[in-house]
Amino acid sequence: MTGLRDALLSRDETRLPGRRDEDWRWTDLRGTLRPLPAVSDAVQPLAAFDEPEGVQVRRFAAPVTAGTFDASLSVAAGETLWLLDRVDAGAGAYARDLALDITLGEGATLHRLVLAADSADAVSVTRAMVSLAPGATFHQTVLATGGKRQRIETAVAHPGAGARARLDGAYLLADGRHSDQTTILDHQGPGGTSEQLIRGVAADQARGVFQGRITVAVGADGTDARLKHNALLLSDRAEIDAKPELEIYADDVACAHGNTVGTLDAEVLFYAMSRGIPEVEARLMLVEAFVGEIVERIGPAPLQDAARAFVADQLEALRR
Amino acid sequence: MLHIDNLHVSVADKPIIKGLTLDLPAGEVHAIMGPNGAGKSTLSYTLAGRAGYEVTGGAATLDGEDLLAMDPAARAARGVFLSFQYPLEIPGVPALTFVRTALNAQRKARGEAEIGAPEFLKRARATAAALKMDFEMLRRGLNVGFSGGEKKRMEIFQMALLEPRLLILDETDSGLDIDALRIVSEGVNALRSEGRSMLVITHYQRLLDYIRPDRVHVLAAGRIVASGGPELALELEREGYDKYASAA
Repeated sequence: MTGLRDALLSRDETRLPGRRDEDWRWTDLRGTLRPLPAVSDAVQPLAAFDEPEGVQVRRFAAPVTAGTFDASLSVAAGETLWLLDRVDAGAGAYARDLALDITLGEGATLHRLVLAADSADAVSVTRAMVSLAPGATFHQTVLATGGKRQRIETAVAHPGAGARARLDGAYLLADGRHSDQTTILDHQGPGGTSEQLIRGVAADQARGVFQGRITVAVGADGTDARLKHNALLLSDRAEIDAKPELEIYADDVACAHGNTVGTLDAEVLFYAMSRGIPEVEARLMLVEAFVGEIVERIGPAPLQDAARAFVADQLEALRR
Repeated sequence: MLHIDNLHVSVADKPIIKGLTLDLPAGEVHAIMGPNGAGKSTLSYTLAGRAGYEVTGGAATLDGEDLLAMDPAARAARGVFLSFQYPLEIPGVPALTFVRTALNAQRKARGEAEIGAPEFLKRARATAAALKMDFEMLRRGLNVGFSGGEKKRMEIFQMALLEPRLLILDETDSGLDIDALRIVSEGVNALRSEGRSMLVITHYQRLLDYIRPDRVHVLAAGRIVASGGPELALELEREGYDKYASAA
């Protein structure tokens, strides 16, 4: 087995995933985490607590310390829950692996917002394994600002049967930060829908990674799966790596994926500047609009507000 | 107001403006007419400060200040406004947000206080009504899904709220039907005032029936080759540009 968790628990750095592992080629931990930090050899449980004011919001606060952590959450049949999954901006060079098990019962709804503000020196891997029952709705938005190496992985086991999954995300990266959003959407039964919209911005020498794999199993007929990744490079030295993958073994499915990487439109920038908006402001305005579409898709207003505030903070980091 | 002296401009190393001299006094409206390829759009982009328009000689000053040394935003704060021939679309930025951001950025650059949202909305509503624009449209992404005429109206809307001192209208009549042309022209005429000058750049005389210029200049092959009163526009309409093409 390889993975940050296995390496940390066994204190064996050869188990770190590196660039020779197909799924980790752009998120090399082996070359980054040397020597391996010593952490507790036990996985620590992480409890969810209710937000004091938001009746429906449950919250995980990932600790900004080294170690391996487990958390789980289940939403009962027919229930609705909002989950704010937050890594607060911290300092220091921690290596953290967090595994989250999420189960949605029949007809249940979960809105998950991940605000990942790791420190610049952090090596952080967050993995969510989401299992949907028939008729369940899972809406997720991941907003990430990167770390030394930051990976946010979401794997959805999708039964079809009227269940719906939406995996949105955005990364806003400055300096030499790295962020990797990886999704694995496994359509296992007929009649399921999924959509993904990921927007990314990389400035300075930052590196953004998006990997999205959609598999449609034998018999998962009538699946409708869509995936779109659009990224903007704000500097010549920034890098975006994207790998959308479709594996389809069923008939009569509608699958689409699109991937674009570009720069801010010089003509639009000139237009804004010709109205008196200084260049830095004009760039930020266009970046905000680009990422704003992700924020606007978030249903629950308190989550949308939290997301908007998070993006506004990060835009300040890009103001240079 | 605006003085252009022996201006030379190249685009991709190709000389386009070749020794253009023009004097636009405060409060006057001058038309620049010329055939395709004469350098009309190059002149307007150069005055607004677009990248890629390289000034290789000469000067342009606004009230004595070197216009060419400023970036486009600084020029706008000094009162320059270019009405684009093809206005750009900005998805995700509502038209109202865009104009308010621009207005307050200009005010900040001039050391003036920002305009608050209620006061801005009041002005925006009045301006939209005068231009017969649907106010709800202004809450959507700037120019996104607008027709050609709506985009031109949006330019005039911005102009009215930003209150520039030097207006450059680049082929504002293109793509307008006769009703839209009338509304747009009325919007422009409403802005005519003693302290405000306008440069109306157009291929056809038609627009000048609505926006009456004080003077008309003929631009051919990168230079002003003739200047006169409004009657010059009528002559051009009758006789075409052939005579000037050979003169240049």
